[in-house]
Amino acid sequence: MSIKIILFGKLADIAGNSVSVTNVADTDRLVDALHKDYPALANTKYVIAVDKQVIKENTVLNNNSTVALLPPFSGG
Amino acid sequence: MSDQNIYERYHRQIILPEFGEEAQQKLLKAKVLVIGAGGLGCPALQYLTAAGVGTIGIVDDDVVSLNNLHRQVLYSVNDIGLSKAERAANVLQQLNPEIKIIAYNERLTTQNALILIEDYDIIFDGTDNFSTRYMINDACVLLNKPLVYGAISQFEGQVSVFNPQPPNGSSEAVNYRDLFPNPPRDGEVLNCAEAGVLGVLPGIIGTMMANETIKLITGIGEPLINQLLTYNALNNQVYILNLSARKETRSLIPKNENEFLKTDYEWLCAAPVQQNEIDSEAFNKMIENGNVDVVDVRELHETPTVNEFDHIRIPLAQLADNSSVIRSGNVIAFCQSGKRSLQAAKILNGIFGDTKKVYSLRGGILQWKQDQAKQPVRNVSST
Repeated sequence: MSIKIILFGKLADIAGNSVSVTNVADTDRLVDALHKDYPALANTKYVIAVDKQVIKENTVLNNNSTVALLPPFSGG
Repeated sequence: MSDQNIYERYHRQIILPEFGEEAQQKLLKAKVLVIGAGGLGCPALQYLTAAGVGTIGIVDDDVVSLNNLHRQVLYSVNDIGLSKAERAANVLQQLNPEIKIIAYNERLTTQNALILIEDYDIIFDGTDNFSTRYMINDACVLLNKPLVYGAISQFEGQVSVFNPQPPNGSSEAVNYRDLFPNPPRDGEVLNCAEAGVLGVLPGIIGTMMANETIKLITGIGEPLINQLLTYNALNNQVYILNLSARKETRSLIPKNENEFLKTDYEWLCAAPVQQNEIDSEAFNKMIENGNVDVVDVRELHETPTVNEFDHIRIPLAQLADNSSVIRSGNVIAFCQSGKRSLQAAKILNGIFGDTKKVYSLRGGILQWKQDQAKQPVRNVSST
């Protein structure tokens, strides 16, 4: 199963631009895997979008799902 | 202004078939409050003024600094030290003397926010900190005002429109708290002063926000209602996310004016109290006194091993998920040198709040072992 992961802002600084995670069935497991690989992500606030929809609860991932992780920005 | 002048000044947009004189009249009747006359506010103000928004309020209590000028394009070196709101109003009035521009040289607070916002049709958030952003969001929800939101960091920006009903009618209106329910703690997210920002980026994002404002007023196009646009200046990637309302959001927002006035937005976004650091002596004393859980936040393979006192091992990265094993009213985190344990204390303070007292061992276990070697008679026993 291939899942595309897009990281924004500080999250890309932490984990780089080409993150790949394999064999995760849902977003909870994806987050666990990412936090294990990049512990600093666990201390960072972000929202998760699956296929461009911001999710509010654990969401099943399908082959070719695109997951975006987006932190809040404050600058103006 | 005479009809002839209006026609001439705004001719190039009036002749757009989707726009016409009707849209121009809507702009001239509209009142927009721009909060923050900085990187986002400056370019937006120029375009809103030029487009003929009839009344523009500018809220900012800051003064112009030299390090503003690379992105805050309304100001010049002669303005350094002068009020941004007043300087912006002055420059803009020269661009378009036919509209009304009001400078509010004051900081937006819970005391003046509702009064100011109530008087305008559309609110533009060009501020640079989370406490004001959450305050503006909540005020706009309370007063049911459309909020044009934009924020930037380094090379990336976000734009959205909060509060209007989505046109399809099938979903609920969304606000900023549906995206990020609670503010991050101070320091969790860097601001422009700390993280830096490419000068042209707020120009792009602020101009997009002005465009959304004009679309909302005139009814043309598809404003970013229930959507968040992200833009990356380095690769020109645009990514639009769809947002939906959360059930719990309403409970996070003050229910009425009274509750709003009593909400301390500075505090909501402020840093927790400086982490409590203790030295080896205080550490030993606390263990003697009991009612304390000691947590080694080093990775499991790290040495030296510690068998002088009872403790729990939870590596820093797993701390947030495993904090439930900590039962005592006092917690002391330690690591090798005292740096990671400070982070641990911050995390634990975030989780436990006032329910537990959290400490970090200064200098870490290395310092503690050295200190014990100096005082070999000291007998440490844990309870």
